[in-house]
Amino acid sequence: MTSRERILEAVRVRKPAPIPLPDPRPPASTPASVDGFIARVHAIGGQVERTARRRLAEVIALRYPSATMVASTVPEVVGSISLSAIQNPHDLAALDLLVLGGTLGVEENGAIWIGERQMVHRAAPFLAQHLAIVLDEARLVSDMHAAYAAIRIEAEGFGAFVAGPSKTADIEQSLVLGAHGPRTLLVLLVPVADVLPGL
Amino acid sequence: MNGHPSAAARFLADEARADWHDAALWFVREKRDRAAEAVPDWEALRDRASQIKEHTLSHLDDYLEQFERQAARNGIVVHWAHDATEHNRIVLDLLRARGVRRLVKSKSMLTEECHLNPHLEHAGVEVVDTDLGERIVQMRDEPPSHIVMPAIHLKKEDIGALFHEKLGTEAGASDPQYLTEAARRHLRSRFLAAEAALTGVNFGVAETGSVVVCTNEGNADLGVHLAPLHIASMGIEKLVPRAEDLAVFTRLLARSATGQPVTVYTSHFTRPRPGAELHVVLVDNGRSEQLGRSDFWRSLKCIRCGACLNTCPVYRRSGGHSYGTTLSGPIGAILSPGQDLLRHRSLPFASTLCGSCTDVCPVKIDIHEQLYRWRQVVAAAGHVTVGKRWAMKVGGWVLRRPRRLRWAGAWGRRLLRLAPAGLLRRLPWGRRRDWPEPATSTFQEWYRNRRDSR
Repeated sequence: MTSRERILEAVRVRKPAPIPLPDPRPPASTPASVDGFIARVHAIGGQVERTARRRLAEVIALRYPSATMVASTVPEVVGSISLSAIQNPHDLAALDLLVLGGTLGVEENGAIWIGERQMVHRAAPFLAQHLAIVLDEARLVSDMHAAYAAIRIEAEGFGAFVAGPSKTADIEQSLVLGAHGPRTLLVLLVPVADVLPGL
Repeated sequence: MNGHPSAAARFLADEARADWHDAALWFVREKRDRAAEAVPDWEALRDRASQIKEHTLSHLDDYLEQFERQAARNGIVVHWAHDATEHNRIVLDLLRARGVRRLVKSKSMLTEECHLNPHLEHAGVEVVDTDLGERIVQMRDEPPSHIVMPAIHLKKEDIGALFHEKLGTEAGASDPQYLTEAARRHLRSRFLAAEAALTGVNFGVAETGSVVVCTNEGNADLGVHLAPLHIASMGIEKLVPRAEDLAVFTRLLARSATGQPVTVYTSHFTRPRPGAELHVVLVDNGRSEQLGRSDFWRSLKCIRCGACLNTCPVYRRSGGHSYGTTLSGPIGAILSPGQDLLRHRSLPFASTLCGSCTDVCPVKIDIHEQLYRWRQVVAAAGHVTVGKRWAMKVGGWVLRRPRRLRWAGAWGRRLLRLAPAGLLRRLPWGRRRDWPEPATSTFQEWYRNRRDSR
């Protein structure tokens, strides 16, 4: 008997009597609030700037004057290196800044969903010293139920909710931003009007 | 008496430090309260989480097979480990076959339970725990003292001295920001040098064959996205049926653990990185046995948030190491006796049965009731001390008949006037207590007098 069979058999014999699975939760009726999302990102140690798409490059240049190695997967911002030209993610060890697009923002906790395609290299958003995520305000949802209803986690090989800069409180419960991953997180919120055609 | 009481006595010998530990954990408990109160449907969410977990456990064989099928379709290699030994062998075989000598690990209570690190180190593999708290306790060669805050028993001065010795930080420096920066630089070099990365698993999703890992530091991601091999060790009870169920658990986990609205990173792995390998090791190690215990199977709902530790008056005042188990606190005290009753016989008694653990548990495990039931199992197996056994026998005999109780009460009051304070101090329970003031009359006498005088 293999361990697989042994475990499955033990579970089959010993599991409790069937208990029903609750139905999927009905979607929240409350629409997401932009102000609520901004307050939440601030509370978890992130920064927010509302800006039109055409001003993105300018904002990045102003915010990160000393960043030398910059990668971007957002068409409006041109980096100093191209992620797709890099074969080995170890070559991103010195990455100062990564600018990428987020799929979805969650008001209740400030988390933003990022899929593998947007990262190009899965390691990039974790290696970068600073991370900037561009997110359309139209892509905000109120809570995690709405978020999981709007994405398919298996659509890409890897995807993550990112909520603020990396942090730790492992030394005497003192909060320190910048544990292993990015030291700062900037969310660039693009107002709804800006994405309408003709503006 | 050995076990928890004597270990707790050692912890309490440094009273100032014990007070500090108590306050540090209560602070986390208060953060949890604020986070929970900010969610309007918190109680409904707990109910839902409990139902989803109970449903999954009652169909666990089906979900395990579904998970395996989906994961395999995604290119994940699934392994099955009956016990800790087999888990460790599978991991070592994977590393050996690829010539791996440097492994980075993110937090995994399961690999602590399996004692994986010493096994790999014996075989010549360098194992680096990368969660800051875990790295600290690894450098000190001790186990984590808390599920989510492994180094909560240490003060920043302890860590400053440790880093001075191990990482060459300035002598006497204890600023958390400075020490974290030193650890960041140290561990970056290990991430970049690792040939394999091992993580735990917070949730496995049966319908998609994905595994979800939650961290604040980003250490799990840095490890696995750089190394060519990712091994994820997962207890068989970690499954949820559907991706949407993750919404329920991600809303509860961090709020219950640290009071954050969500962990910084909630990473979903469905397929290996192009050119890399992803292996999931499903581990039983006593879980299927626990599933068959009608009084205790609900303990398998646990999502390892640590809320029951932070709120527990006994944990806060005795520290995680006093439990002598991988999982300490109330949840450790109901999961460990099932693995080795004799060894962990003192743990169900490391509780006041106040029920605070049950109140904060995000998946509504009836923790204090299970503690009470484990006490009965321990007593029935004859694992209580002679003194406790006789005290319970005498107590039971006295309480069984009202006349005996009245008689014992009368004698008790008389003896109490004569009892020297030193006698009480000799009993473990009475060490910090005084005898109560003897009542002048019993309630019954008082009531009778009152009635007669009307």
